[in-house]
Amino acid sequence: MAETHSLQDMRQQVAVAAKVFIQRDYTNGTMCQFQTKFPSDLETKIDKQQFEETIRTLNNLYAEAEKLSSQSFIEGCLACLTAYTVFLCMETHYEKVLKKIAKYIQEQNEKVYAPRGLLLTDPIERGLRVIEITIYEDRSFSR
Amino acid sequence: MHIGESMRECEYSQISTRSSTPMETPHKKRSPKRKKWEAFPGRNKFYCDGRIMMAKQTGVFYLTLVLILVTCGLFFTFDCQYLAKELTPIIPVIGGALFLFVLGTLLRTSFSDPGVLPRATPDEAADLERQIDVANGSTGYRPPPRTKEVVINGQTVKLKYCFTCKIFRPPRASHCSLCDNCVERFDHHCPWVGNCVGRRNYRFFYMFILSLSFLTIFIFAFVITHIILSSHQKGFLSALKDSPASVLEVVVCFFSVWSIVGLSGFHTYLISSNQTTNEDIKGSWSSKRGKDNYNPYSYGNIFTNCCAALCGPLPPSLIDRRGYVEADAPQLAAPTNGITMYGATQSQQSHMAAATPLLQQQTSEPVIITSSTENGTSLPARASLTLGGPCSTFPLGQPTPPTSTPSLSCQEAADVLPIHGHTLNHTYPLQEQAPHHHYLTPEEVPSPPGMLHCGSPLGHSHTVQAGFYNPASQDSLHEDSVRGLVKLSSV
Repeated sequence: MAETHSLQDMRQQVAVAAKVFIQRDYTNGTMCQFQTKFPSDLETKIDKQQFEETIRTLNNLYAEAEKLSSQSFIEGCLACLTAYTVFLCMETHYEKVLKKIAKYIQEQNEKVYAPRGLLLTDPIERGLRVIEITIYEDRSFSR
Repeated sequence: MHIGESMRECEYSQISTRSSTPMETPHKKRSPKRKKWEAFPGRNKFYCDGRIMMAKQTGVFYLTLVLILVTCGLFFTFDCQYLAKELTPIIPVIGGALFLFVLGTLLRTSFSDPGVLPRATPDEAADLERQIDVANGSTGYRPPPRTKEVVINGQTVKLKYCFTCKIFRPPRASHCSLCDNCVERFDHHCPWVGNCVGRRNYRFFYMFILSLSFLTIFIFAFVITHIILSSHQKGFLSALKDSPASVLEVVVCFFSVWSIVGLSGFHTYLISSNQTTNEDIKGSWSSKRGKDNYNPYSYGNIFTNCCAALCGPLPPSLIDRRGYVEADAPQLAAPTNGITMYGATQSQQSHMAAATPLLQQQTSEPVIITSSTENGTSLPARASLTLGGPCSTFPLGQPTPPTSTPSLSCQEAADVLPIHGHTLNHTYPLQEQAPHHHYLTPEEVPSPPGMLHCGSPLGHSHTVQAGFYNPASQDSLHEDSVRGLVKLSSV
């Protein structure tokens, strides 16, 4: 007897149960920071420490991107002098850090969140407004 | 061999991914994929495949361009030869450099994304609604205006909810009713550059007006010098007759100098105190409001404030203009282990979202007043405040206190929207200059001409910001993987 699995069947094994949104934390001004408060929906899925560590690391990375360091100052001056054409060849510091953040989120998803049926969305895809955490409900049939 | 056998045992049925024959050529799409800029909800115009972004009404921008080009053109054609011969050839060189810098910064200001905040996804909006309902605990009637209070550096700042964009606006952001977008660190909407001035293009705007001041003064000074020197030789009237263009240049520059130089001075003050035009007009951080009122965003000293505004890190555009709109593909399984591509998360989620009734488009939305249409047309007529000096600003509507009636339109919630208009209008008398603004009687300013169709993309492709993420490739990868599975089954 041939077992048929269609992709539709496979899809039904995993479905989105809910989405949790971590909002921005503006207590430090307009800098991009996210609230570290642990949402109640995630209580059964992941432990608080892990979650807070992820958010804290993300916050640190964003702070690094927006920091007024001498590096960003030099970059700004150089850009102004070259009439901003320098950005045709090189990436801004902010973009470099955003790439780092993307890699970090991917890594966290692979190691920590996906095994628990969660998925982090990179905030840049939501306009840096929220961190969207999708909770997947596992309805797989045992094979 | 083993694989082949197991494949024969499990026959995978073919799935039509796009309700079309599965063995279609891989890159032929049923419906052409739209880029995000084509589906952008705000009132903006895009050129060069989304690389260039401007406001809807760009007539005044072209006027600015023409004024600059014509004046400089006349200068280089008629005055520079004489000046290079009589004085020094460095003059046209400096003039040329200034002109190029002015043009560059103008185009950069006009074409960049000012820092538009993308609108909330339906899921986010629903989540926020739920939180607000829980907080209010009331149903059945329109809830009171939504504000959140947050303490920044010791100052209490109210964050307002934008009904159009369905987000709580970050501090210093404001909704531009002309462009119908929330803009980060909103300064003002400048018709002269045909765009909003916000976080991402404020420094270009400042460089533009600063360099334009220098250029105007430069041209003014040297044209006068030309006329004077030439009248020593030939007599005043004959000097004027020989270069009539100089007269035009003097007139243009004379009127420009007052407005542009004043404006540069005003913005220098704003930068050094780290305020936006919006905040300054409303007097948000003025000490007149209260003894303890101070600007929480200021770094404390002028130098740091200037550095932050001009040389700080430049964030990339938050609206992905050149990415592809996610097609609502109703099927697919999401691998639960990790994501293989950067940017993959979004497409996965949209696919999953489509599959779940829980995340269907929300049915009950709060009453949303879209004030956009009404505002755009009535802009000049609503002038009620003017700044003294060169900077005339035209706020739309009155600033409403936060606890106003529920019938908020996004524009009112956005408070006063200063529209920046110089009195670069040669037929009006000069306004008196004032180092700080005081309110004068409303003055008419030429309203931006309506809807000029500026359809022709400009010749050069000025890459403002290269596309950063590419979810488009994810979709095609996805299709391929599905087809791959189907192919395996046919062994």
